[in-house]
Amino acid sequence: MLNSLKIVYHQGKQYIPDVTTVEVPGIFRGRPIISNVKVDTEKLIEICPTHAINAEPVSIDLGKCTFCGECAFAFPDKIRFTKDYKLSTNERKGLIVSEGEDKPIDLNPDIVRKEIYRLFGGSLKLRQVSAAGDNSCEWELNAAGNVNFDMGRFGIEFVASPRHADGIVITGPISENMAEPLQICYDATPDPKIIILAGTDAISGGIFEGSSALDRSFLNKYKIDLFIAGNPVHPLSFINGVLHLIRKTK
Amino acid sequence: MNYTVVKNNQRISVNSIPVVKYEDFMDTIVSGLMQDKNNHCANYFGYHYESKIKLVCCIADDANHCIYILSSVVDQNIILPSFTAHNLSFEKFEREIHENFGVDYSDHPWLKPVRYPFNANDKSKTIANYPFYQIESEELHEVGVGPIHAGVIEPGHFRFICNGEQILHLEIQLGYQHRGIEQLFLEKKSLLQKTTLAENIAGDTVIGHTSTFAKLWENLCGYTTTPELEFARTLALEHERIAIHTGDLSAICTDIAYQLGSSVFGRLRTPVINYFQQWGGNRLAKGLIRPGKTNFPFTKELANKWYDVFNAYEPDFTEMVKELFDLPSALARLEKTGVVSTEVAESIGIVGMAARASGVNRDIRLSHADGLYEKLNHKPIVKLHGDVFSRALIRKEEIFQSIEYIKQLLKDIPENLKYETNLNTPEPGSFVISLTEGWRGEICHCAITDYKGELIMYKIKDTSFHNWLALALSVRNNEISDFPICNKSFNLSYCGHDL
Repeated sequence: MLNSLKIVYHQGKQYIPDVTTVEVPGIFRGRPIISNVKVDTEKLIEICPTHAINAEPVSIDLGKCTFCGECAFAFPDKIRFTKDYKLSTNERKGLIVSEGEDKPIDLNPDIVRKEIYRLFGGSLKLRQVSAAGDNSCEWELNAAGNVNFDMGRFGIEFVASPRHADGIVITGPISENMAEPLQICYDATPDPKIIILAGTDAISGGIFEGSSALDRSFLNKYKIDLFIAGNPVHPLSFINGVLHLIRKTK
Repeated sequence: MNYTVVKNNQRISVNSIPVVKYEDFMDTIVSGLMQDKNNHCANYFGYHYESKIKLVCCIADDANHCIYILSSVVDQNIILPSFTAHNLSFEKFEREIHENFGVDYSDHPWLKPVRYPFNANDKSKTIANYPFYQIESEELHEVGVGPIHAGVIEPGHFRFICNGEQILHLEIQLGYQHRGIEQLFLEKKSLLQKTTLAENIAGDTVIGHTSTFAKLWENLCGYTTTPELEFARTLALEHERIAIHTGDLSAICTDIAYQLGSSVFGRLRTPVINYFQQWGGNRLAKGLIRPGKTNFPFTKELANKWYDVFNAYEPDFTEMVKELFDLPSALARLEKTGVVSTEVAESIGIVGMAARASGVNRDIRLSHADGLYEKLNHKPIVKLHGDVFSRALIRKEEIFQSIEYIKQLLKDIPENLKYETNLNTPEPGSFVISLTEGWRGEICHCAITDYKGELIMYKIKDTSFHNWLALALSVRNNEISDFPICNKSFNLSYCGHDL
C-alpha cells in the first residue's frame, strides 16, 4: 500500500495541461513552409518517394508526404519543416501547402456537417479500423488516450464496438483483404456518423499507392469528414484535429 | 557439398549457391543440418526462375556463427514430400511456398493459406472462406474474434474451440494486413522509396527492419558500413527495445486490470519515444536510418539528453517493476499462464524474446553478431518456464541490459560526420542474407539481383512469422479470459507477418 502511494507520488501530474498550445520536444517535422527561392524543381520533385511534391507553384501534398524530410535536407533554402503539429482539415485540397504560404492548416467551416457540433461537441466515441496500417498510427492513437495526452478529458474515446460509435477512424492504405471488414464495420455504426482518415497511408495510400494488394474503393463512396496528416499521426495532431472538427461552429 | 556457407550480411554470387535435386535438398536439410540443435531455419522461400520455381533455404548455425544456403529447382504445381512431416518448424514456410507458387505437398499436415496475397497461385481462395479446424460436438462451442479487434490494434481473426471456459484449440487466421510489400520492393525503383517501404514493414519495429534493409543494401552495393553508422544503429536498436518493452509492460498491466502499472509504464514510455523525436524528428524513428548515410548524426548533446531521459526513467521504472513483480495478485495472473515449453518452442522453431523466455537461447546479437555487439560482449537473458511471467520478466531484464549497453556505447561516441550517399548500384547476380535481433526477435531479409543489378527477389521475414503458432499453442487449456494477456505477452506483428 505504502509503496503504491509512493509510486503515485512519484508519478505526479503527467498530463499536458493545454494540448492546443504545447510545444513538442526536439525536431518534430510538422507543417512545411516553402520559400519562393528558385531551385531545380525537377530534381526536387524526383527526391520525393511518394510524389507529394508538384511544380508551378511548388507545393507539397501532406496527404501524400511521408514527412521523411529528405527534400528539406537537399534544398534547405526552399523547404523547411516547422514544429506545427496541427495538420488536419476536412477538405482533401486543404492539405496542399504551396510556396510562399505560411498559414495554419484549417477546416473549411462551410462544409462541416451541422449535426457534428450539435451531437458530438461534448462527446465523441470512435471505432478504429486498422486497414493494413503498419501499427505506427495505431500506436499513436493509443498514446492519444494515455495519461500524458489524455484525450478522454474532452469526451473523445475509442470504443470496442461500432454499435457504440459515432464514427470510424481509418488507418492504413486499405488492403483488399480488409475492404469487406471495413465496410461491415461502417455499416454497423449507427447514423449520423463521421469518417476520419488518420495518417498518410489512409489518406493517399502513401508509399503503398499503386500496390495491387489494395482496394481503396470504400473511400469513393462516402464523404470524409476529417483528414489528419502524419506518418504516423502525432497524438497532438489527432486530438487537435478532432477537437477542431467537433467544436467548430460557423 | 550441397550447401554454401556465408556470414550474416556477406554478399555472394547467386550462382555459388548449389542447386541440388529436391531429394538431396530435403535430405541435406531435414536429415542433416536440422539434426543439430544449434541450427534453425532462418528463411525458406521460393521465386520464379525460368518458368520453374527455385527454392532457397537458409539454415542459421548459431554455434558456428554462419548460415548454410542451398537451393533446388522444381516445377510449378508439382507434388513434393514436405519437410514439415519431419520437422514442424518448416510448417509455415511450406504453406507460403504452396500458396504463392502452387507447389503441393503430399504429407503436409496443415496446408492452409498463410495470408491470401494478391499474387497467390490460386485466387479462388478468399479470406472470408478460411478453412478453420472444427470439432463436431454438442459440448464444445466456438468463439470467433476479429478481424477487427476491440482495441486500437491491427486486424486478424482468432477462432477458439472451447470446453466451457477452457480453450481446447485456437487457430489464428492472418492476411488482412497484406499490402504486397515484397513486390513493391521490386517495383519502386529509388533507394528512398525502398527505405520508406522498409520503415513501413512494421511501424513498431522501424529501427529493426530499416537497419536490416540498410545493412543488406550496403552489402549488396559493396559498401562497408562505417563505425559511425554501426554505432547509431546499435544504439537505436537497443533504444527501440527499451521503448517497446516498456509499453508492453504497460499493456500487460492493462490486461490484468492493474491500473497503477498500466499508467506508470505507459507514461514512462513517452519520454523514451520522444527521445527518438529529439534525435530524428519522429517518435517511431521513421527517417532515422538510411543506407550509407544518416541525416541525423549522433552528437554529444544528444548523449546528454539521453542521460537526462534515463536519469529520470530509471528510478521510477525500478520502483514500478519491483512493485509489480512482488505483487501476489499480479503474479497469480502471470505465473503458469500461457506456457510454451522448451520442447514445443524448439519443435516449432520460435525465435527471439519469446524463445528465450522458453529456455531456448536464440539471439542474433550473440549468434550472428554484427556491428558492436561483440564489443558489448552480449549475453542473452534466458528464462525457463515459458509462461507470461517469464515473458514479462525478460522484458524487465532486457530493459536494464539495454540501458547498460547504451551507457557503454555512450562512453565512446564516434566523430559524427554527415555522409553523402555515394552508394554504387547493387552488384549483379548477387545474394545477401541479413539478420538482426529486433526487440521482438530475429528479423531476416534476403535479396537477389539479376545480371543488371536490379532486384528480382526480396524476402522479408519478421519474428512473428515463426511465433504466431507459439501463441496459438500457449493458450491451450487456459481460460479464454487469459487470452488477452497471453497475446500481449507475445505482442506479435500482424503487418510484419502479412507483408
